[in-house]
Amino acid sequence: MRLDLDARPQRSTLREILAPVGALIVAILIGGVVIALMGRSTIEAFDVYFVEPLSQSYSLQAIAVKAAPLILIAVGLAFCYRANLWNIGAEGQFIAGGALGGWLGLVTHDGAFQGVLGSWWILPAMMILGALGGLLYAMIPALLRVWLNVSEILSSLMLVYVAQLALDWLVRGPWKDPEGHNLPVSVNLDPEATLPILFDGGSLHLGVLLAPLVAIVAAIVFSKTLFGYQVRLVGSAPKAARFGGFNDRTIAIAAFAISGGLAGLAGVAEVSGRIGQLLPSISPGYGFSAIIVAFLGRLSPVGIFIAGLVLALTFVGGEDAQIAMHLPGDLTLAFQGVLLICVLAADVLARYRLRFTMGARS
Amino acid sequence: MRTLFTAAAVAALSLAAAGGAEAAGKVKACWVYTGPVGDFGYSYQHDQGRLAAAKALGDKVDATTFLENIPDSDSERAIEQLARSGCNIVFTTSFGFMDPTLKVAKKFPKVMFEHATGYKRNPNMSTYAAKFYEGRYVMGQIAGKMTKTNTIGYIVSFPIPEVISGINAFERGMQTTNPNAKIKIVWVNTWFDPGKEADAAKALLAQGADILTQHTDSAAPLQEAEKAGKLGFGQSSDMMKFAPKAQLTANTDNWGPYYTQRIQALIDGKWKSEDTWDGIGKNMVVMAPFANMPDDVKAAAVKTTADIASGALQPFACPVLDQDGKDRCKPGAKTLEDGDVLGMNWYVKGVDDKIPQ
Amino acid sequence: MSFDPQQIQDILIIIVAAATPLLLAAIGEVVAERAGVLNLGLEGMMIVGASTGFAFAYMTDSTIVGVIAGILGGVLMSAVFAFLTIGLATNQVAAGLALTIFGRGLANLIGEGFVGLKRSGAPHLYIPGLTDLPLVGRLIFGEDFFVYFAILLTGAVGYWLMRTRAGLTLRAVGENHTSGHSLGVPVRGIRLLAVLFGGACAGLAGCYLSLSYTPFWSPDMTAGRGWIALALVVFASWKPWRALAGAILFGGVAVLALAFQGLGVPIPAQLLNSLPYLTTIIVLVVLSLRDSRGALAPASLGQAFIPDR
Repeated sequence: MRLDLDARPQRSTLREILAPVGALIVAILIGGVVIALMGRSTIEAFDVYFVEPLSQSYSLQAIAVKAAPLILIAVGLAFCYRANLWNIGAEGQFIAGGALGGWLGLVTHDGAFQGVLGSWWILPAMMILGALGGLLYAMIPALLRVWLNVSEILSSLMLVYVAQLALDWLVRGPWKDPEGHNLPVSVNLDPEATLPILFDGGSLHLGVLLAPLVAIVAAIVFSKTLFGYQVRLVGSAPKAARFGGFNDRTIAIAAFAISGGLAGLAGVAEVSGRIGQLLPSISPGYGFSAIIVAFLGRLSPVGIFIAGLVLALTFVGGEDAQIAMHLPGDLTLAFQGVLLICVLAADVLARYRLRFTMGARS
Repeated sequence: MRTLFTAAAVAALSLAAAGGAEAAGKVKACWVYTGPVGDFGYSYQHDQGRLAAAKALGDKVDATTFLENIPDSDSERAIEQLARSGCNIVFTTSFGFMDPTLKVAKKFPKVMFEHATGYKRNPNMSTYAAKFYEGRYVMGQIAGKMTKTNTIGYIVSFPIPEVISGINAFERGMQTTNPNAKIKIVWVNTWFDPGKEADAAKALLAQGADILTQHTDSAAPLQEAEKAGKLGFGQSSDMMKFAPKAQLTANTDNWGPYYTQRIQALIDGKWKSEDTWDGIGKNMVVMAPFANMPDDVKAAAVKTTADIASGALQPFACPVLDQDGKDRCKPGAKTLEDGDVLGMNWYVKGVDDKIPQ
Repeated sequence: MSFDPQQIQDILIIIVAAATPLLLAAIGEVVAERAGVLNLGLEGMMIVGASTGFAFAYMTDSTIVGVIAGILGGVLMSAVFAFLTIGLATNQVAAGLALTIFGRGLANLIGEGFVGLKRSGAPHLYIPGLTDLPLVGRLIFGEDFFVYFAILLTGAVGYWLMRTRAGLTLRAVGENHTSGHSLGVPVRGIRLLAVLFGGACAGLAGCYLSLSYTPFWSPDMTAGRGWIALALVVFASWKPWRALAGAILFGGVAVLALAFQGLGVPIPAQLLNSLPYLTTIIVLVVLSLRDSRGALAPASLGQAFIPDR
């Protein structure tokens, strides 16, 4: 038996929208069967996992806060992936940005370096440094790729672990809070270095607004600018791009710069807006989850925006399910995996028709 | 679509309300763990404490809720979700949850919080920790008597005060029974990686250690001791099952009594923000049954344990000399101050190692 | 400090044990990547292998049954990956990451009832006379069967991949799937088998952890070894024998760092731990300096293939 993929003659927007919805339904059905087999109420689980988080202001905010870094990173990754460059080291670029931007927050602690200028410049400078940190860290795989043709998939992945270990060393060593009983955390960032909370008592911080902003700008860049066109052309038809006189090296470096910069920005926004200090580990895997978000969103900024919110919902809903129904945390992790697998499969089915043929090939 | 959504939302809200009313008579206690409850080490022992409290308090408490495997950097939301879901008291069991717990505590003044192994408090946020070093003093004494090669292998995670004070207490206990014995320290830089812990254990055994002790979470080092026909100590849990011929005793964390007492205090309306730091005396640290040792060593260990429990013996009784021979005690003090132990970043005399930076 | 030669043997035995899971996982991934498929789900497949392996070994009290179950666990995981990436031509990077998330959850669910249980480790070879030889006896004749199997597997895969026609075909598929396809080579069939083989090896590597290295089950016990194995594949420049050398080197650095702590200069542990990754990047650079074509990576690595019939 063999399985063939036939490209559908016409792309259908409706089908492409319905495909992930169908995948979600299939994943929910699989999850429902598993929960029923465990002797639990499927309806209650569905309610707790998907409905309740969407019906309360607090959990909506929690979803937005969780989605923001995923969206920021994934939008950046879309630039790389559309240009056929496989940066999978966003986790490392996130850490580099969080560390460099966070560092400014540490050195300006308790009014240091604020004599003449005051403190208004600290937050913007942290954001810039954060983006710069991610950008520079992304330049390692980018330049190795452009100059030496080194596989960026592998080099960017290796650099993730280097960044994790470097931050671990910094926070356990030089950046440790001197008053902190020798425990591995930095000092708390001052209010001047903390992104403000938007509503009293809420969790939504200023950095979360970056996500829709960046998604909109990226959507415009992709659809309306020459650069967006070049990125897409380099990815889909590199020869034509070179023939058209575009410098594919410059575009590759620019794509990596955007991707690393946004990951770094997400990192510093997380440190400043949410964590409020530097820890040996500042990311619960955002850089890797964002790769999945990028694909779930089909590499389009709008799609990524929605996909980021959906993935964030599965985190928040998963914790709700642990709290309200005492479902094991591993179940929600496995469910997340199933959901991702279904959406990846559905994406293909939207564009291709499956054909099973019995017997050998003709 | 909109009506459907609204209907569902209303249903959800009424469900939540019904749940709240039902539990009104009970105190709801909730836990946050840094690792999986199945780690058979640190988080597992906290979960055992939860179950013990549930058993002791019966109908008076709903102690069924916990979140496991919560990364430090993402813990604030998890803690807040618990506070919002109707928990009356939330135990956050890892050092890394300190600032997130404090932030949530300030937001929810009516919910009580208990943070393990930290130092920041609030009117509705207590701290608690165990004097693990007391157990290590007992272990040091046993090791001093039981070693034949005068080399004890000590596998450690990270140079934080809890670990350093454990090494120091072990060394001081060991010196009382065998001044010639030395501890050999290996930093593995992880709390949990069975393979790496086993590698460290094997390396120490190869270098002549005949007793192993560890401040990491898995049973792997003890299992290596068993395999090699040597001796060792369990950590966090009683690991006798893994090493029936090797485990001398284990420094077990026993959180049940504390959890029971704190929840009871909340039920009685007597809960206050406190800083609790208990050890063997209050059964927060419990020595697993002494085994695989002659009767005289066992008798001495039992006595030391009892003396520590009564306060007659202090593992850090003055003078406490550091590696340079300087006394770290305040003039006239009987023991090292609590703050010095809680922030310990120096070794006592006799430890042949440098604290990694 | 003086060294007892016996102690050198002991340290070498530890290094071999630490290298074995890396080698097993890497050999499978070498084959998959040579066929052009990048499976980033190694860690997920390994942890499922570890939990199913321990669960079945415990229930049947048989290490062999456990090993078979663990291999099957890895194969089933890789089958999901193969369906996505080969059958449906989805992006391999995304599918691999999804597989790791799924595998971690699944493994912990499988292993839930087996926490805190103990088995004795897999048996070690013992040949009277030979194993008792001083200095080298236990190192060469006293390992467990995983170790010997890993070495045999390396040899077999090395020979098959580099010296046989079938191996050549597989490599051709990884170099250029389009021309392979036009020559009538069943590109997707070969890739499917390569991915399943990778899954089997990862499952076996997981079994080694839970049945021999540290014979118990514990969540997350792979502790990132799947990712180190991925680095190892690159470090070995996709050659099985170099993977063996690399595994010894990676394992050796880790073990020596533990064994000789306090002797030399105080190097931060984080720096030592990042050595496998840093050296892998350096190897990538050196390889590409020698061959501008792109670090000798299989040319179609990571690219989906949709036959146009």
